[in-house]
Amino acid sequence: MRDPAIEASGLTRRFGSTTALDNFDLTVPAGTVHGLLGPNGAGKTTAVRILTTLLRPDAGRARVAGHDVVREADRVRSRIGLVGQQAAVDEQLSGRQNLEMFGRLHHLGATTARRRATELLERFGLAEAADRAAGKYSGGMRRRLDLAAGLLIGPAVLFLDEPTAGLDPRARNEVWQEIRSLVAEGTTVLLTTQYLEEADQLAEGLAVIDRGRVVAAGTADELKGQLGADHLEVVVRDASSLAAAAELLGRIGTGEPQLDPDRRRVSVPVRDRVAALVEAAKTLHGVEDLTLRRPTLDEVFLSLTGAGATGAGVAGRGAA
Amino acid sequence: MTAYLVDSWTLTRRTLLQWRNQPAQLALGLLFPVMILLMFAYLFGGAMQVPGGGDYREFLLPGMFVLTMAFGLESTFQAVSTDAGRGVTDRFRTMPISAASVLTGRSVADMLSAVVGLAVLIGFGALVGWRWHNGPGDALLAVFLLLSLRYALLWFGIWLALVAGKPEMLMAVQILVWPLAFLSSVFTAPETMPGWLGAVAEWNPLSATASATRELFGNPGHGGEFWPAIAWPLLLLVVFVPLAVRRYRRLT
Repeated sequence: MRDPAIEASGLTRRFGSTTALDNFDLTVPAGTVHGLLGPNGAGKTTAVRILTTLLRPDAGRARVAGHDVVREADRVRSRIGLVGQQAAVDEQLSGRQNLEMFGRLHHLGATTARRRATELLERFGLAEAADRAAGKYSGGMRRRLDLAAGLLIGPAVLFLDEPTAGLDPRARNEVWQEIRSLVAEGTTVLLTTQYLEEADQLAEGLAVIDRGRVVAAGTADELKGQLGADHLEVVVRDASSLAAAAELLGRIGTGEPQLDPDRRRVSVPVRDRVAALVEAAKTLHGVEDLTLRRPTLDEVFLSLTGAGATGAGVAGRGAA
Repeated sequence: MTAYLVDSWTLTRRTLLQWRNQPAQLALGLLFPVMILLMFAYLFGGAMQVPGGGDYREFLLPGMFVLTMAFGLESTFQAVSTDAGRGVTDRFRTMPISAASVLTGRSVADMLSAVVGLAVLIGFGALVGWRWHNGPGDALLAVFLLLSLRYALLWFGIWLALVAGKPEMLMAVQILVWPLAFLSSVFTAPETMPGWLGAVAEWNPLSATASATRELFGNPGHGGEFWPAIAWPLLLLVVFVPLAVRRYRRLT
């Protein structure tokens, strides 16, 4: 078995009286995408900053691409790429000049840096805009340039800190596509995000972090399973029959029915999916829609972190 | 060592490319002090009395050189804080390059721009009638003092920008540079100010350089000794070089 690409244990970091990271553990197998989920201020960025050698931990240890992030920081730096929350590019330079500069700083040599820049501009659909100032790029283009800069050396481990924050859905899809093809080529990716849809789409393993600690870890399905039951959801034609429907569902389900009067909807957790569905179809009247669904990652997230992440809530619901 | 030199050059080259990409911005930066020079030489100059007599423009030019060096603080601040705010500094810090390279690249680029800026202003100074009177040796020594001041302010600027962490504070720096410049011997002699203000102006590091260069160029008015114009920049460097380097390494 290969060594894990990221191995962190007991990472702790305090800023003044707040503990941003509290005994944080994480293992990411090589060649996978791992999602780090959490509400604002949960410690995601602090974790990434420690793992990318930008910040020293107060306690704990971490190895990235086989090297200790504190004692062998330089070794780690030559194996990683970081794409942070903003596009970290020089807006006064053209896309090509940016990539050539970062390539030279990675000690690729002038010729190789030039060749890599051309390749990456091509790959990220920036060939036409290559010689325009990056400041004139659209948000999505700047993000792609930023991603390209993170890939100059073909890093063993790529850190993506909310790579699609503030992007429109189309630009977000473009970035997702790039991430998928990277992983197909063997790069390990650690992705932090508030968008649960993003994690659901990209990540094989997930860790949910809240107040600096990992509160749950596993695949998206495992996490959904942890939360428990599937839900039976009924939309009635007439709002006046909502109460009756709720009462019936209360008998079929294993928990308290949840009412959403605005949408004329009732939902209830159930154990035996098919039996519950059949029973509901037989007994309910005036039903407009009847569905079975698994809990969304959104619901998992809310139940684990006790809400707080409004951005996550909205984005997750869109996906569900 | 080779890596240090190569990386420093790559980062210096970055600024040269920025200039090539935005020549208008470069020209504006160089001509702004010229505009101030013309304003003071022709609009206010007629009303100015040089203590001990002499031509105001001859008095003014050394002050203008100093002011141009002080303006450099703004461009250093802007460049460094923009990088910090955009995450470019973080990107550098996750790459296998040393803090020394990043800071050297910045300082070489800024010193190049200081030399060019000074040359432009010396040219315009000659056009409005300013001359050096003590030969090229003393004139070169004066240029050295001016560049020393710029170099010291550069490190102060780097430190300030890393502490601020984002370019929004630029306005505050611009607002601070002006009173700092006026409360000195740059435009007027401190002996013409109210007693205590004059004393403060006398102790302003900008005054030290302005007075010493006036003396070396052989220009009239408020002259001064050589050593304070060396001591001030040295003191600033001793304080701000370690602070800036520490701040860069331990950005949070």
